[in-house]
Amino acid sequence: MDTHKLPKQKTDRNANAGIPGLEGPVPPPSFAYPQAGPSPQAALDPVLETRNLCVTYRGRGTRQPDRQAVKALTLAVGRGEVFGFLGPNGAGKTTTMNVLLGFINASSGSASLFGTDVREPIARQRIGYLPELTYYYKFLSAEELLRFYARIFKVPKAERDRRIDGVLKLVDLEPSRKRQIKTYSKGMQQRVGLAQALINDPELLILDEPTSGLDPVGRMRVREVIQRLKNEGKTVFFSSHELGEVETVCDRVAILHQGELKVEGRVSELARQHQCSLEQLFLKVIGYAAQPLN
Amino acid sequence: MSNIVAVSGVVIKELYRRKDFYVLFVLTVIICLIMGSVNFFNDDKIVRYLKEICLLCIWICSLVIAITTTARQIPSERENRTLFPLLAKPLTRTQLLLGKFLGCWLACGLALVCFYTFFGALAATREHHWPLVSYLQAAMLHWVMLGVVIAFALFGSLVFSAPSANTTICFVVVTFILVLARHLNKIALHLPEPRRSVVYGLYYVIPHLELFDVRDLIIHNWPPIAWNVCGVAALYGLAYAAAFLISACLVFRRKAIN
Repeated sequence: MDTHKLPKQKTDRNANAGIPGLEGPVPPPSFAYPQAGPSPQAALDPVLETRNLCVTYRGRGTRQPDRQAVKALTLAVGRGEVFGFLGPNGAGKTTTMNVLLGFINASSGSASLFGTDVREPIARQRIGYLPELTYYYKFLSAEELLRFYARIFKVPKAERDRRIDGVLKLVDLEPSRKRQIKTYSKGMQQRVGLAQALINDPELLILDEPTSGLDPVGRMRVREVIQRLKNEGKTVFFSSHELGEVETVCDRVAILHQGELKVEGRVSELARQHQCSLEQLFLKVIGYAAQPLN
Repeated sequence: MSNIVAVSGVVIKELYRRKDFYVLFVLTVIICLIMGSVNFFNDDKIVRYLKEICLLCIWICSLVIAITTTARQIPSERENRTLFPLLAKPLTRTQLLLGKFLGCWLACGLALVCFYTFFGALAATREHHWPLVSYLQAAMLHWVMLGVVIAFALFGSLVFSAPSANTTICFVVVTFILVLARHLNKIALHLPEPRRSVVYGLYYVIPHLELFDVRDLIIHNWPPIAWNVCGVAALYGLAYAAAFLISACLVFRRKAIN
């Protein structure tokens, strides 16, 4: 069983005070979290895999040194899993996704989708991607946007209209399909994003903070879509700060902190091992020390 | 190829849904109609001046459309983050660039058709004669020239981070080439070495866009150019456009997108 050590930090006896199940000091430097590890399915048939993935952003001279955003990340997500990719801001989640999508190259290590190197465009044929906060072409309508993306996926003409109808219905944009995107609200734009991620009927969905900026109804709808995709046997890999939501929909999670994988395992097993909720474990892993209120 | 055509379709839609083209077209129409309604010095040959002004407006407007439309393509994709879902699909960066180029070039071609049709109609009302072959040659060479400018602006949009900087540089370079490039060899003769070699080198390296300017053909009703000469000029322009596009693809392939 793999273990990942926490970064060095000061031990504070009052840290985590008030967090049920986490009273007492934050873990000492030598603390190591037991890992539930990858699921047997992920080990056997990984849809998404990274091996010793490292990404270093080059600095500019001596004032801005090189920064290692991802450090030797090894992950495997199996077919049909819903995988939560967690971490505080700047942990390296989006950087990892950028490598998986071929936007940036890894400094070392490898990443593959369906066993194909992520640098090959064909690796992206069977995936859907929803980026965080994207503004789509404002001068197009939702229908035109989806037709454009369907064309890139080479969805046959006869199939195109049926798919467009289906995804627009799924994200509840059917009544405004002919309206230009510039007239949409923020929530509607996010739903267009979800629709474009589903247009090719993907086997793997990569969602970068899909509920960011959405109201509770919008969040519920995204959660329903993820649940539905899970029931259809699709693989979902998503990053989120909504830990309650992650706990509800995910089979497995990984927590990244400062570019390093700290914890990985099944949500239920992690909860049992640590006797705490995912949120409490998350705070513990990132070394969050609660400030006493005066 | 279907990916390139799909991307170009979006660019064309953008051009006709934005107001830029309509504003420039209406402006050209107003200027030309006002000029056409005035009779200076009772000159019978006034139609030549009218044609010259109208063609100058068309050239300026086409350059404005080509450069501003192209210069904002990649930067706005990055700024609005539409580049991310696009490149997360099975679309290569080369296909994206070629699609953008094709879209801008075709969109400018459509704009030229509108402009030249208006010009032809205006000139025909005054001259009662329509030299179709000359118009066709002028429009075709104009379009090829815009291809070179669009490829150059696309390359610039990957090198310069700010679209405004790229637009300004493109305008300065294109104006310099159109106005001064033909005189560079004569200037070089009066310069001492090593500046002479540098200016000569520049003269042979830059694309001579002024070669595509055959407005005089229409203004003075000269006979059309031989088609093989037109063909060679088109090949010359397309070679430069290809060179700029290849450079742009090489730059874009290495660029980290985050």
